[in-house]
Amino acid sequence: MAPDAPRPAPVTARTSRIKDSTSYKVFTVVNMTVLVLMCALMLYPFIMLLAQSFSSAGAINAGKVNLFPVDFNLDTYKAVANNSNFWRTYGNTVVYTLIGTTIAMVLTTTYAYVLSKKHLKGRGLLIGIAVFTMFFNGGIVPNYVLISSLGMKNTMWAVILPPALSVFNLLVMKAFFENLPNELEEAAHIDGLSWFGIFFRIVMPLSKAVIATMVLFYSVQYWNDWFAAFLYLDRTDLFPVTLFLRNLIAGASTAASEGAAASGSTVSDINANIQSVTMILILIPILCVYPFVQRYFVSGIMLGSVKG
Amino acid sequence: MTLAESQQVAAQESAPRPAVLKPRPGGWKRALKRDWPLYSLAIAPLIFLAIFRYLPMLGNVIAFRRFRAGGSIFGDEWVGMLYVDMFIHDPAFWNVFTNTAIIGGMTLVVCFPLPIILALMLNEVRRTHFKRIVQSISYLPHFLSVVIVVGMVYQLLSLQGTVNQIAEAFGGDAVSFLQKPEWFRFIYVASEAWQTVGWGTILYLAALTAVDDQLYEASRIDGANRWQQTWHVTIPGIRPTMVTLLILNIGNFLNVGFEKVLLLYNPMTYSTGDVISTYLYRVGLVSNNLSYAAAIGLFQAIIGFAMVMSANYISKRLVGTSLW
Repeated sequence: MAPDAPRPAPVTARTSRIKDSTSYKVFTVVNMTVLVLMCALMLYPFIMLLAQSFSSAGAINAGKVNLFPVDFNLDTYKAVANNSNFWRTYGNTVVYTLIGTTIAMVLTTTYAYVLSKKHLKGRGLLIGIAVFTMFFNGGIVPNYVLISSLGMKNTMWAVILPPALSVFNLLVMKAFFENLPNELEEAAHIDGLSWFGIFFRIVMPLSKAVIATMVLFYSVQYWNDWFAAFLYLDRTDLFPVTLFLRNLIAGASTAASEGAAASGSTVSDINANIQSVTMILILIPILCVYPFVQRYFVSGIMLGSVKG
Repeated sequence: MTLAESQQVAAQESAPRPAVLKPRPGGWKRALKRDWPLYSLAIAPLIFLAIFRYLPMLGNVIAFRRFRAGGSIFGDEWVGMLYVDMFIHDPAFWNVFTNTAIIGGMTLVVCFPLPIILALMLNEVRRTHFKRIVQSISYLPHFLSVVIVVGMVYQLLSLQGTVNQIAEAFGGDAVSFLQKPEWFRFIYVASEAWQTVGWGTILYLAALTAVDDQLYEASRIDGANRWQQTWHVTIPGIRPTMVTLLILNIGNFLNVGFEKVLLLYNPMTYSTGDVISTYLYRVGLVSNNLSYAAAIGLFQAIIGFAMVMSANYISKRLVGTSLW
């Protein structure tokens, strides 16, 4: 299938029937109802967070806040906005995401380009070296030992470097490069353009869609990561915002468990509104980018999975 | 490794395309001379893989050597199977092994078929706009940080949360779900399903668009109704995708979402929620028995690898679909 001539989906092909049986009409109604309910289930947690973020702590603790804010106010947003810890960790996340994505893109793009050249001697080995790591990884402990002995603990490199090459992204990009029209590169080669020249002046400009997809995947990965920071960073001034949120949740739930164990009562929703606001502020950048890149990532993933 | 990553591997191997230039004969010397710019582009990624992927693999040797903080990352002296022996005779290990197998099994049973069902349902929707909206909404959870997902779970399941409000509306009592061992696995699997079902459909929807329309045409002429078309045309069309993803899911069976469990469990739910990776995290990194934890980690990785290999072999023999 040529990338520029998408085939009509079977849905349209199957609408060519003139008349549907009654049972099929019933099925359609049931089917769509189930899908609508599923969407409601998917969206509910987001709506609840939004409602809680505008509600008072009292209303939340009384169990009054579900779909709509109660005691509408912006106090929680103001409180979080005035929290310098929040902004410092948020800033760290932005820095880690920018640097990490840049490094990851350089590694992924160059390696994928090399792997897409079928004539290259040793290509199979180069692919195997990468793919093997998908099926067998070192494990938490040896990784921890390595990062410690490289002296990367308590530096941002412990968070940035280890995830900087995803084999999955690498394979998607390789598939994309293999699909580029050969003639352009061949012509450029014959005209005497070097491999570097071909890479930067022919291949890169043709690959904007897949590059956009990969940038999205890597930035979401860095944006969402908390575990590397949890493992390797002790200095709170280096924490990403996900770890800030995790500590907020862990603090509340520890208090809740202790409260429950001690008296049977609970304080589990201490700062539920603060948690909600923090989550929403972490989500906003993803939600803003998501609609614009969605069509790219769907076609990007499909590209690797649908043959020829 | 996620579902989507898995399919990739399968797709890579099977679609030969014309090379940019004809394969060139000759030895390494010739190849290096000709393609040195390409090889030089590969240097940085190869160094990266060597340091951050292969060195830790070799670092597993500390499972058989005594490790001293500040000493060599490969340990100081051989102790043979001491640590392997230790965990094999450790009842706590077998407890977390059982938990892992149960949670992994439940995840497989729930999270493998759900995307298939959703993709088949979406495939029957004729209104393109409706279909797009459902897809957009269902992909969204995939992009959330596990911290946020767990944060949502905490709030939904708190004593004043929505779930308990519903329970109370039906005359039940509020339950502090996250402190109850009997609820842990269910909560884990439900949140996993919530986050992965939509994204998991992408590969199936891709496979569905590749099913030949003429097959539907032919089956209609043969008098097949909708259900029969789905059963005899649609499902066989996505079978290779299903098998590939099943193999990879089986291989990932023991890699129960470590980060999610770590965020979701607490001492009260250890009895059902503690899994191999969280156990070795506590033993290794919290209590500092690095060699012992490395032995457990290596055991887990080898089992996972062996399971992918055997699932792949079995499916090759039985249905002719394999990863490589």
